[in-house]
Amino acid sequence: MTAVTAKGVTVHYGDVLALDDVDVTVERGRICGLLGMNGSGKSTLFKSLIGLVKPDRGTITLHDKDPAVARREGLVAYVPQSEAVDWAFPVRVVDVVSMGRYGALGGARRLKAADREAVDAALERVGLTDLAGKQIGELSGGQRKRAFVARGIAQDARLLFLDEPFAGVDKRSEATIVELLRSLRDEGRTIVVSTHDLAAVPALCDEAILLRRKVLLHSDIDTALSAEHLGRAFGLDGAVA
Amino acid sequence: MNLIDWLAEPLQFDFMRRALLVSAVAGLVCAVLSCWVTLIGWSLLGDAIAHAVLPGVVLSYIFGLPFAVGAFLFGGLAVTLIGVVRDTTRIRGDAAIGVVFTGLFALGLVLVSKTPSQIDLNHILFGNVLGVSDSDIAQVLGIGALTLAVVFYKRRDLTLYAFDPVHAHAIGLRPKRLGALLLMLLALTVVVALQAVGIILVSAMLITPGVTAYLLTDRFERMLAIAIAVSVSSCVLGTYLSFHVDSSTGGTIVLCQAIVFALVYLFAPRRGLLANKRKRRTATSVR
Repeated sequence: MTAVTAKGVTVHYGDVLALDDVDVTVERGRICGLLGMNGSGKSTLFKSLIGLVKPDRGTITLHDKDPAVARREGLVAYVPQSEAVDWAFPVRVVDVVSMGRYGALGGARRLKAADREAVDAALERVGLTDLAGKQIGELSGGQRKRAFVARGIAQDARLLFLDEPFAGVDKRSEATIVELLRSLRDEGRTIVVSTHDLAAVPALCDEAILLRRKVLLHSDIDTALSAEHLGRAFGLDGAVA
Repeated sequence: MNLIDWLAEPLQFDFMRRALLVSAVAGLVCAVLSCWVTLIGWSLLGDAIAHAVLPGVVLSYIFGLPFAVGAFLFGGLAVTLIGVVRDTTRIRGDAAIGVVFTGLFALGLVLVSKTPSQIDLNHILFGNVLGVSDSDIAQVLGIGALTLAVVFYKRRDLTLYAFDPVHAHAIGLRPKRLGALLLMLLALTVVVALQAVGIILVSAMLITPGVTAYLLTDRFERMLAIAIAVSVSSCVLGTYLSFHVDSSTGGTIVLCQAIVFALVYLFAPRRGLLANKRKRRTATSVR
């Protein structure tokens, strides 16, 4: 039972080869870090998995299903990186979390009592119940992340994709988020984290994929974060002590 | 003259009752759309669509069709062409908009100049709300009601699309379709507003109410309510004022909106210029 498989995924942007024949398999109930420097193809792979980028070659399945089917069934949740969000947008925290329910609702997306309960439970779980009525930009960096994770919880997604979850988050909030994500993992959910912030990886991830246009290594954290492999991934071959 | 006379006198005239109705409806529909349009960053797209419908309006007159038919077709054509030019070249979106709408607008000017008829270019460019026909009123009311009904039904999807289209995609919705729906609603709204203020000033109706409300609240529902209040009251007041001082109706309506915006820009309790200055001064004195 795999959560994510990619076979032979190749992506070009014009003449530039961004991903070269990438094979990846992530089992269910794992937290997998997708590591690489800027330009490594990390965000291209991430976007391919969510379905925002269409690979030139190769196939992707999510929960052993066609990705479009998995998305329609509400299995896939996405937590954007901070820069991708308009924090001045006039929505409240509770509105954002409610959007997690939209996929399962009718055309007008009217929330029913059960949906409201799911939203309240998700807010409670991430500790934002008291801030539910705040405009989303009024939250701190860590609270903002938790609000978007709560959206995935309200959705009851099985697969969560987080893009740079620790950018702009202080150490204390980081620990809270790590604890939250690990508890979601313990329920059998799978979490894929794209990041270049290696400091946060050991506490959070069960495994890591080092990417540099190709998959350099897919292993446990200790091996992945060894000087030799990191050096290859981050282009510092031999320069890391 | 007291206030009651000031308000009642224009109502004796049929053309004023029609003008007030059309401008209020246009103000309502534009205000609603302006909230999404300004949040997404499509403000100038409304202006582009408005200019691009000119050849459609002229052709409608030539073939004796309702003006809305030609206007809507050319609005849709403009949106499609902008998308095609942007997606199939390396040209940036703003330049693609600029190339397409000016080209279509120019086509409209040429058509007007070569058409021996009673088409009054000034009426199309600057609006002719004091001379609307029964057919114009029917089109404005019908299209306005349709647009509002669709927006009301799809309002949560539209807000989701404006805020986080990637999430819409991730949960299996189709953000491209939502974008296309919003563009279609925008084109319909432009058609409604043309009657009131004309091609040149439509974009004001589609931008000013939304941004004015945005400076006053952090809640989307309140933003909608404030935008509607600002827009409809400006439209009614502007129409009255233009009667009493004998000025351009479209111009007076948009000027009213601009004055409300200026007041809000200066005096808004939290986001106004003065409030910001005060905040900065307090911050400095604390330090």
